[in-house]
Amino acid sequence: MEFKVPTMAEMMAAGEEPEILFWVGCAGSYDERAQKITRDICKILHHVGIKYAVLGTEESCTGDPAKRAGNEFLFQMQAMTNIEVLNAYNIKKIVTGCPHCFNTIKNEYPGLGGTYEVIHHTQLIQDLINEGKLKAEGGESFKGKKITYHDPCYLGRGNGIYEAPRKALEVLDAQLVEMKRCKSNGLCCGAGGAQMFKEPEKGNKDINVERIDEALETNPQVIAAGCPFCMTMLSDGIKLKDKEQEVKVLDIAEITARANGL
Amino acid sequence: MVAQILFLVFTLAAIVLFTVNFRKIIRNIRLGKAVDRNDQPQKRLMTMIKVAFGQSKMVVRPIPAFLHFFVYVGFVIINIEVLEIMIDGLFGTHRIFHGLGGLYDFLIGSFEILALTVWLSCVIFLIRRNILKLKRFRGTEMTAWPKSDANYILITEVLLMTAFLLMNAADAKLQTLGVGHYVTAGSFPISQYLQALLPSSENALIMLERGCWWFHILGILAFLNYLPYSKHFHILFAFPNTYFSNLEPKGEFTNMPSVTNEVKAMLDPSFVPAETEPGKFGAKDVTDLTWVNLMNAYTCTECGRCTSVCPANITGKLLSPRKIMMDTRDRITEVGKNIDKHGAEHQDGKSLLDDYITREEIWACTSCNACVQACPVNIDPLQIIMELRRFAVMEESQAPASINAMMGNIENNQAPWKYSPADRFNWAEGN
Repeated sequence: MEFKVPTMAEMMAAGEEPEILFWVGCAGSYDERAQKITRDICKILHHVGIKYAVLGTEESCTGDPAKRAGNEFLFQMQAMTNIEVLNAYNIKKIVTGCPHCFNTIKNEYPGLGGTYEVIHHTQLIQDLINEGKLKAEGGESFKGKKITYHDPCYLGRGNGIYEAPRKALEVLDAQLVEMKRCKSNGLCCGAGGAQMFKEPEKGNKDINVERIDEALETNPQVIAAGCPFCMTMLSDGIKLKDKEQEVKVLDIAEITARANGL
Repeated sequence: MVAQILFLVFTLAAIVLFTVNFRKIIRNIRLGKAVDRNDQPQKRLMTMIKVAFGQSKMVVRPIPAFLHFFVYVGFVIINIEVLEIMIDGLFGTHRIFHGLGGLYDFLIGSFEILALTVWLSCVIFLIRRNILKLKRFRGTEMTAWPKSDANYILITEVLLMTAFLLMNAADAKLQTLGVGHYVTAGSFPISQYLQALLPSSENALIMLERGCWWFHILGILAFLNYLPYSKHFHILFAFPNTYFSNLEPKGEFTNMPSVTNEVKAMLDPSFVPAETEPGKFGAKDVTDLTWVNLMNAYTCTECGRCTSVCPANITGKLLSPRKIMMDTRDRITEVGKNIDKHGAEHQDGKSLLDDYITREEIWACTSCNACVQACPVNIDPLQIIMELRRFAVMEESQAPASINAMMGNIENNQAPWKYSPADRFNWAEGN
């Protein structure tokens, strides 16, 4: 990367406090595809000049997959350890790159002693657009391109955030097309509830294929996502359909970064 | 006089029987664990008014919403007529409210129009279920009883409305003939067209009018007592069920306080846990669920909106959120019957998990909340699925092998995959 990503440890050592902590998440840290999204979020933060930091190696799984799988012990162990770290750094505001981390920290951490203002990166992008700090210029043009947005369950139904990601797409002057099942009626990609980490039960179709079929019905050039797990499921679906050349699956952060030439 | 006594006996018997069965259901619901749903009364009231009275979540599917609205409004408003029938039955009067004059004519006229719309809607519903055989009304859990239950309800409503209209037609004809106590009252925008079908003999008309009157009221009393055995119980429970529904974001799952204590004690040996109820983690049987979960089960009217949007079900998996609710109700009913027969301590060796709901079902869930969103009366099948998972994982250590591997990774590497925590920040070195 062209700039150095600041860590909390360094900030603290320098006697500084960031405006916002970027919670990267496990997928964003380790998954090669999601790492690109992580870097794009950093590029956006760097571009608009927000004082931010990441936890780096001090970050740890929020416990979300353990909780959805039914292991409340492991979830709370993770949560309390994380809260200790976050509180020690006096964190006030967090932006996450993953709707699962977002939901867990925002809704489930307060009861365990961790209360922060938590936003998802699509909300951050929406805010930056509203404040006029972020436009869609100087980069790749999405003008007139057909884009369909897939609602992640834990952002949409789970927390009622449907407009922020769409707002981020609207500034592109692209042609937004909705899938038949969208917003509160959106179909899951198939990864939630710890499904990401296991084989699906016996059935007649994979959920991500059902979703990709629906997305392809809109004849899109880009399928927009806001979650690293959806990204994996949708990308796999596109590969299976042999449509990798025609249709790109991109995160809202990637689209924003590209549109701004970051 | 005999008629009045008979009427009183039937009415009292119906009320007593209903009360007995209703109280059993309340007792069964109370077998569930405590959960506080008394906060934010104003917001709860608004939710109930919007979702139950206003049927706001029905509109997603306009055709059934429209038809259901007719039946709902018809049911609520025609009950004003039942009040008159009650008074007439007890005091031997006839059309006691006729003194209201123009208002009475308006009311009876409206009831007739509503009766027709209810009649038509129910016939269309019967066609949708039995001739068109819509997918939503099929599925593995829709066995003989649930299918018959739906048909019984619809046929009863068709018959009740038919009796109401025939009664009015006969009454109006008797009014025109100037027979005895048949005072001129009411307007009959619908049943006037039925008059031509009726006999012209005075006696036959009186027989028909009385017959329909008795059929209508006895039908209603019988229907009332059918409710506790039927999915149709939703006409009562939709209201408390929405009132006590979850107000938090759907993505938020409960943090188990019993676990919090143990984890705090583990992280800090000096921690003294507050008194909490000991017991098992998660749910194996219905009595491990909360009373709200159990009330949900009694409220479910098996419409199948949940199952029709469930990604697992859509793609052919065994999981069906509707079945989760139906199984929960069947099991709590069974537990209740055991208590009636053998006392509260009786154990039948059965449980919700395994005897009703299989592991394959609970592990197919993506926790996407589509079922919760789709339910027109705010039932939450996901919470039951999660409680069953919690039992399987925390009490039995029975999770799919890959799930165990994922949890092992979180414990050892602080990530669900097997990567070294030291490499967590390596992404910053890429481009």
